[in-house]
Amino acid sequence: MARLIGGIGSSHVPAIGNAIEQNMQSDPYWKSFFDGYVPAWKWLEERKPDVAILVYNDHGLNFFLDKMPTFAIGAAPQYLNSDEGWGLKPLPPFQGHPELSWHIIDSLVNDEFDITMCQEMQVDHGFTVPMNLMWPEQAKRDQIKVIPVCVNVVQAPFPTARRCLKLGEAIGRAVASYEEDLDVVILGTGGLSHQLDGERAGHTNREFDTEFLEKLSDEPEWLLQYSNLELAEIVGPQGVEMIMWLIMRGALNKQVTELSRNYHIPISNTAAGVILLENSA
Amino acid sequence: MSSQENKKAIPGTIVFDGEQAMKGYALNKMCYSFNEEANREAFKVDEDAYCEKFEITDAQRAAVKKRDVLALLNLGGNIYYLAKLTGMFGLNMQDIGAQQSGVTLEEFKAKLLAAGEN
Repeated sequence: MARLIGGIGSSHVPAIGNAIEQNMQSDPYWKSFFDGYVPAWKWLEERKPDVAILVYNDHGLNFFLDKMPTFAIGAAPQYLNSDEGWGLKPLPPFQGHPELSWHIIDSLVNDEFDITMCQEMQVDHGFTVPMNLMWPEQAKRDQIKVIPVCVNVVQAPFPTARRCLKLGEAIGRAVASYEEDLDVVILGTGGLSHQLDGERAGHTNREFDTEFLEKLSDEPEWLLQYSNLELAEIVGPQGVEMIMWLIMRGALNKQVTELSRNYHIPISNTAAGVILLENSA
Repeated sequence: MSSQENKKAIPGTIVFDGEQAMKGYALNKMCYSFNEEANREAFKVDEDAYCEKFEITDAQRAAVKKRDVLALLNLGGNIYYLAKLTGMFGLNMQDIGAQQSGVTLEEFKAKLLAAGEN
């Protein structure tokens, strides 16, 4: 049977893609950010998952505002990246696992999640930056199969934090009921606090982000006390992306072991976070 | 969040809700077209003709001309789509963050660095 071995939460700021492209990992601006990923690199190298489910949001590459699905899941053999209009160099295609995708889709719809299923889906920096961060070498990105889970956090109303946590739980059940012997990792991406638009652009909130990271392992329900509008005020309209980390957390067991955590302000306009959670046996 | 709840204002923040999405649909559609290199080139060759084709409003056209991100947001632009427009003018997220908050780029970067030291 397939096993979810753990989850990783990570920011997905485009500037990170440029820094990797330009080998700036040791630059003073970047060093403490990239150092935070060393435990995840070691863990991924040791555990060698077969499949990565990557929860992210599209920023206007694949989906336009004409049709905006709340939750969309890729079921393609391959996912292409392309130019988003402002200069991030596209990465080579990512390999899908359509059989597991369809199993998850079947299971989710039976579980009353009315998701959108996509046999073609371009993936933007929200997907490629975390892939590049977790597996900096192309050869490793070629080995791992991916399943993109795209969440609308662009056009309000967004799904509630509670819905995200429940979707995660349903994804966890779906993976656990897949017959092939596979090790699966789930990534929740985006956030943490940041604001790109309005006079308050540049807003971050260390105190709130820190509490969010603190509660994520043992008390993820803590975030559910806030509406998305309240979150927009507290962590910035784009900071609300942190609800996607709850999908990752929900997919894991009730008991998880936090193996590492890092928090760093700023990466571009963003407070960047990373956390590595292992599923307890 | 309900549309009623959306009406509650967050200082210095424009929530991109249904109302904004309706106002900005043509503008965002134009910006979405800049995913294609050929469309970016066409815009650069004749900005007015390109805006005309997408039938954006006069107020939006004036704000595009002035590269005024705050005005474009208020007129229904979404930040991720606007980023494709401002990218053509060589402005990144930090440039437009500084522009919107009314400070220099250096001051904007310094504010973020200071948040990292608290």
